[in-house]
Amino acid sequence: MADKKIVEPKARAPLRQWIGPVALAWIVPGGGHLLLGRRGRGAILASCVILTYAMGLLMRGTLFQPQFGDILTTIIYTGGFIGNVAAGLPYLLTVWLGYNQPDVAGHVYDYGTKFLVAAGLLNVLAMVDAFEIAVGKKD
Amino acid sequence: MRMTLTHLEAAIVLALMISTVMGITTKKTDRERLIYGLQCFGYFLLAIFGLGWLMRLAHG
Repeated sequence: MADKKIVEPKARAPLRQWIGPVALAWIVPGGGHLLLGRRGRGAILASCVILTYAMGLLMRGTLFQPQFGDILTTIIYTGGFIGNVAAGLPYLLTVWLGYNQPDVAGHVYDYGTKFLVAAGLLNVLAMVDAFEIAVGKKD
Repeated sequence: MRMTLTHLEAAIVLALMISTVMGITTKKTDRERLIYGLQCFGYFLLAIFGLGWLMRLAHG
């Protein structure tokens, strides 16, 4: 009879090990890396996210509001809203300071809207990276 | 203050930002990060110019 190897499931990293860096990485782009002592990478990530977001604002992009209706509307508007919120403090400041750009036709406005969402998605990548560093999967 | 970029400029700037972040977050050593970032940026440029020419030729 062949020996059966018992594979034990990997233990999950405790919440307190990663919640701080990940939360900080969301609120302050690059902040999670700075907290974990990866200053250079944190500074580059912060620059990329903030520059992308700032260019989106300068191109007068629109911020999404969640909408539910047909599946396409839900994906575009709710997905876009999640992308915007993922940018963290830049998004919160923009909303608090009353930025309210209506959706206008034109390629510059369109690119602005995409830049605002892309900044949030880049920050999600930074948050995942901060998580992996915090739990020791990555240096 | 308002920024006005052409399609090409906006696409290249966005490609640069995405490539930089992808290079930093997906690889383990600085050398690998640099190479992967440049590789991503190259693929983005290829896609931008390739699709741009395709649309121009298809449009007439």
